[in-house]
Amino acid sequence: MKSKIASLFTFWRVVGGLIVISGLYYTYIRFTQGIGAVSNLSDVSPWGLWIGFDILCGVGLAAGGFTICAITHIFNIERFKPLTRPAILTAFLGYVLVVVALLIDLGKPWNIWHAIIMWNPRSVMFEVAWCVMLYTTVLFLEFSPVIVERFNLQKLQSILKKIAVPVMILGVLLSTLHQSSLGSLFLIVPQKMHPLWYTPMLPVYFYMTAIATGFAMVVFESYLSSRAFGKELELPLLSTCGLISVSTLGIYFVIKMTELALSGNISYIFAGDFLANMFLAEMLVGVIIPGAILLSKHRRRNRTYLYTGIIFVITGFLMNRMNVGVTSISVYTGTNYFPAVGEVAITLMIVVFGMMAFKFAVKNFPVFSADH
Amino acid sequence: MATQYGLLFDVTECVGCGECYTACKVKNGLKEPKEDFLTDHLSQHTYTVLEDHDGNYIRRMCMHCADPACASVCPIAAIVKTPEGPVVYDGDKCMGCRYCMQACPHHIPRYEWHSNTPVIHKCTMCYDRVKNGEQTACAEACPTGATLFGTLDELKTEAKKRIAENPDKYYPEVYGMTEAGGTNVLILSPVSFDQLGLASNLPKTALPQLTQQALDKIPAVVGAGSVFLTGMYWLTKRKNQISKEKNHAEGDLK
Repeated sequence: MKSKIASLFTFWRVVGGLIVISGLYYTYIRFTQGIGAVSNLSDVSPWGLWIGFDILCGVGLAAGGFTICAITHIFNIERFKPLTRPAILTAFLGYVLVVVALLIDLGKPWNIWHAIIMWNPRSVMFEVAWCVMLYTTVLFLEFSPVIVERFNLQKLQSILKKIAVPVMILGVLLSTLHQSSLGSLFLIVPQKMHPLWYTPMLPVYFYMTAIATGFAMVVFESYLSSRAFGKELELPLLSTCGLISVSTLGIYFVIKMTELALSGNISYIFAGDFLANMFLAEMLVGVIIPGAILLSKHRRRNRTYLYTGIIFVITGFLMNRMNVGVTSISVYTGTNYFPAVGEVAITLMIVVFGMMAFKFAVKNFPVFSADH
Repeated sequence: MATQYGLLFDVTECVGCGECYTACKVKNGLKEPKEDFLTDHLSQHTYTVLEDHDGNYIRRMCMHCADPACASVCPIAAIVKTPEGPVVYDGDKCMGCRYCMQACPHHIPRYEWHSNTPVIHKCTMCYDRVKNGEQTACAEACPTGATLFGTLDELKTEAKKRIAENPDKYYPEVYGMTEAGGTNVLILSPVSFDQLGLASNLPKTALPQLTQQALDKIPAVVGAGSVFLTGMYWLTKRKNQISKEKNHAEGDLK
């Protein structure tokens, strides 16, 4: 039995290693022969998997950081406290990886600092750039007590404690702006995006679905850490997170459908074409199925049901961001972009980096400890 | 505000000779003008092309929008609308996010996908020449006057005049008067614009207004958000404190 577990562990290590090697190989090609050498990006589809998945999904999956902070440190609901550190850690790692992805996706990443001195306040991307910079700093500050505690630096500890509340408030504000602004990015392409997704409400929808996913991620992390370290958060707390997640999605669903009905675009849902089916799949997987599972208290309190429902929420969220960022545009405009092997390899490498960093942090720092 | 310049392209006057295509290549030092120029397409080496749509020739090039989506979305203002009308780009500033390409309603900006220091390429309406009171290379090269350079006001008047004088010859609208808020390149055509492959489903208002509506809400979100969050922090903390004190008091009584 024990050797079986050991061999499984080695198996995943080998897989992870292979993913990193192939990712590094394609990263090398990208920086020596250009973005076109490793991707299917082109003049007709300038944004692809890296924006749709690495950036849009990455930032959304990090949303647990601000929702949990708001609950524990601003609404002062004590019983959520054990969730704070894992949530902040994931958010911080998420943002660092988003920056890594950005450095690969940008054509001239060494010019990224230009956003600090060359301002264009009319640009949503300018807002996004500042949110990324500021919020990554805030997340570092929010996580730093854990590092300071580990090395027992008491003076720093007391300073961090003093600025904790304003930093948390800033973090919630920046996240609100950032999560919604990723939706605002697409407001400029009304004629390129399928009407099932294009709406002036995009920033609001991005915000709501990010909140739902943030709570889902907290549950999911607890599941991962229970498998890896045997450390798990208490079930009633996790099922409350599940309930908040699907309730938020329920409100989102009602608003989204009402809006589609009012704008007259609702008939597109039953058009039977590829995009209509993608929309149905997204709603079914991301909202209806997890709602059916998690709105029942009985099922929510069952570990298997809870984790299953949560995985549906996260999958549906990924489908939504990929649909908005890539599919709804590329299929609607007929460019039919599909990611190349190199794009997938680099994306997988970044995901593996994230898992390795999370594991390292949980192992070496008091992340899942109960009292703080 | 400085006088705005533009181009008027009259499809009915164009004979498809390709002089504009060649002149553009020469002026901008772009390589490989194609012998068979009608098969060429916009790229980092080509800023304007001629397309044959059933005998009607149409030029594809940057439309130099009145309020360009590309310039509004550029996070570092590497693309700007000059007071004279041309929309120009500074490759040294650019970080390569390609939001301009995503945002352009006319699918114009092109990228160097196989370069390690990639930049955007597109027609600049010969800004260096226009700035000095000269006309664009394409307009100068055009033997029939199909591509006409002039001030935007003059060109708009001229375009409307041509339609009024020859209503049978023209489709009754000028492309570029309202498309995505209007452009500095105007097009007159004998057929409807979608038959020439021009983007015909564009809103009549400038696209940057769509993102501006979202950006305008930031101050309110930040203002109301900070008041709300600070208030909630104070209230809930106080509430916890009171309930704690109450618990203590009850404990003391017992």
